Amino acid sequence: MTQTRRPRLHVPEPPARPGQTPSFAHVPLSPAGAVACPPVDVSPEDTKDFASRLIRVLDDEGRAVGSWADFLGASEGDVLRRGLRDMMTTRFLDQRMLLAHRQGKTTNYAASTGEEAITCGFQRMLSPGDMNFPTYRQSGLLVSAGFPLTNFMGLQFGNDLDPLEGKNLPPMHSSKAHGFFTVSGNLATQYVQAVGWAMASAIDGNDRVAAAWIGDGATAEGDFHSALLYASVYRPPVVLNITNNQWAISSFVGIAGGHVPFATRAHGYGLASLRVDGNDFLAVLAVSKWAIARARQGYGPVLIEWVTYRAAAHSTSDDPSVYRPKEEAAAWPLGDPIERLKRHLIAAGEWSEERHEQARVEIEEEVLSAQKEAESRGTMIGGGGGTAPLSAMFEGVYKEMPEHLRRQRQKAGI
Amino acid sequence: MARMTMIEAIRDAMDVKMTQDRRVVVFGEDVGYFGGVFRCTQGLQAKHGKERCFDAPINEGGIVGAAVGMATYGLRPCVEIQFADYVFPAYDQITQEAARIRFRSNQDFTCPLVIRMPTGGGIFGGQCHSQSPEACFTHVAGLKVVIPSNPYDAKGLLIAAIEDDDPVIFLEPKRLYNGPFDGHHERKIVPWAQHELGEVPEGHYTVPLGKAIVRRPGADVTVLVYGTMVHVAQAAAEEIGIDAEIIDIRTLLPLDLDTIERSVAKTGRCVIVHEATQTSGFGAELLSVVQEACFYHLEAPIIRVAGYDAPYPYAQEWAYFPGPDRVGRALRDVMEG
Repeated sequence: MTQTRRPRLHVPEPPARPGQTPSFAHVPLSPAGAVACPPVDVSPEDTKDFASRLIRVLDDEGRAVGSWADFLGASEGDVLRRGLRDMMTTRFLDQRMLLAHRQGKTTNYAASTGEEAITCGFQRMLSPGDMNFPTYRQSGLLVSAGFPLTNFMGLQFGNDLDPLEGKNLPPMHSSKAHGFFTVSGNLATQYVQAVGWAMASAIDGNDRVAAAWIGDGATAEGDFHSALLYASVYRPPVVLNITNNQWAISSFVGIAGGHVPFATRAHGYGLASLRVDGNDFLAVLAVSKWAIARARQGYGPVLIEWVTYRAAAHSTSDDPSVYRPKEEAAAWPLGDPIERLKRHLIAAGEWSEERHEQARVEIEEEVLSAQKEAESRGTMIGGGGGTAPLSAMFEGVYKEMPEHLRRQRQKAGI
Repeated sequence: MARMTMIEAIRDAMDVKMTQDRRVVVFGEDVGYFGGVFRCTQGLQAKHGKERCFDAPINEGGIVGAAVGMATYGLRPCVEIQFADYVFPAYDQITQEAARIRFRSNQDFTCPLVIRMPTGGGIFGGQCHSQSPEACFTHVAGLKVVIPSNPYDAKGLLIAAIEDDDPVIFLEPKRLYNGPFDGHHERKIVPWAQHELGEVPEGHYTVPLGKAIVRRPGADVTVLVYGTMVHVAQAAAEEIGIDAEIIDIRTLLPLDLDTIERSVAKTGRCVIVHEATQTSGFGAELLSVVQEACFYHLEAPIIRVAGYDAPYPYAQEWAYFPGPDRVGRALRDVMEG
């Protein structure tokens, strides 16, 4: 028999490169309100349909519709206004840090522009004692947990306002008091750590919830799969979040195997999963409330794919216009989270253009004032490093400094 | 006092700590119901419950990653990697995570964690059950690395490791589990019951981390050694009649610099022995430490005896293993040097 076919290596390509027309035809969408809210104790088997559909609450007119809106209940305007304010603060903070980078005051930043609803919404639903295991693109978790902006900027500028005393690169924060686990930078490691932390909570007889965070690209790492396996085997109180912002530096989701929705990864492990409009603040609130309640009540983990778009560059080290169309962000079908929540609040009579403008001015003043204070303590400008104490680099390697390190410090004269 | 094997001593250490401290949990592949392939956790699940001693999936990265999460929560996990050869899927979690959490968070989070694993050869385990990867861990700031050479130390060091507030790599020389092997594979196995260091006190005691011990005082030459090779070096020195000062390093990181420097300053000669492959092995670090601190006391070049720079073979195990003949030759050479 003559062989007519041979294997060919398949290297996936995104729908559009620079100069081509952007398309998101490969992203499955569902109308607002179309995906029903299951009971929090739903069996993983019964969530299979959710992985390829999209939970949305806000419709095109900014109305909250469907059973997820009912589950969320009548959110007090205060919660939504707080969310709006957190998102606006996060966005402006990101802008200022990107500008500070261009000015040479800091060396690295990763903005979350367009993704703010996920962090600012999820954080609202956590309780004191719960713990996020975040990535480096989640300033919104810190902003909405009330982490001081001056400390945030202290790390960026490498000065003595940095609680970490210059030991970790920006923007890799740590604040146990704000439920924010120390950010690694070695991708996906935190995902299985979050599961372990939640196992400890269960072993300890507690109901504290861990929230694991990862991007679409890093789901390719082994630790992501280890985490799903451990979550599946031991069923601890963990919420497994994937922020799918469509891009991993220059690689589109297809390179991470995203031709099937990431939410379906849960099925092989027998885990519940949901796929959610991450630019819909009300959907984020509702699903976060559901998932955290499910975990806290011992009904087991849930994997959530938050569908969003990375409107910014990966970090200050890359220029996205060389690998994707400039018009792609505008073509993103799920819009902008701040604009959508603003429209909803105005439609509900809870907000107005005037109040929005007033809030914008206040937020900018708050961030600029914090930046002024933070910059007064020194920045990374000039390439000579920051003003954080030199001695800190020898301290906290171990609880007690061992003899060999003590000798090295002595020799260095620090 | 009871006579114990190293397996029993290690098990007893975990039992003592699990009884004393609710935060101590033990898990790993086959460690729960079955009690571990070397039986080190036998009976712990029955005594302390399934939530505190349980089986883990065959996923070392997950074992250590989950343990790191538990440690940062406030538990004190003591996990088992079935063979040191299998630890590498967890290398990222050990070297980039466990070792650095205290530092990178400026002590906001800490990672009190013990990772136990059988190490070394002598059981015809071939290339995937015989390696000695200690140098892969001693190169990592933030870790502690411990290798006991007898049941007494094994229990005391493991209790100290579990009580330590930093991550500890606890390497267990598997050829020593059941007796003090001196490298004479052709001879009958000597059980720990016939060795004074098989005497293990009941209950709680510690052997401090970071402290070496002079196993045999001597005047002619200092032998820096740890794990199985402590017994090999002792046998070699006795067989050729050299008055060697045998220092059992016990904790490789942080290293007990004072004990080493004091001894070499006294003897003026030094032989370094380990099972692990020679190039970039821990012996290179020991050699540098001695050279830097004791150069003007040295009367001969320092000699290393180590595994050959080849993967651990199967059928040729005893030609590969640095036994008493090779160590003895080095001792003679250093005396003539």
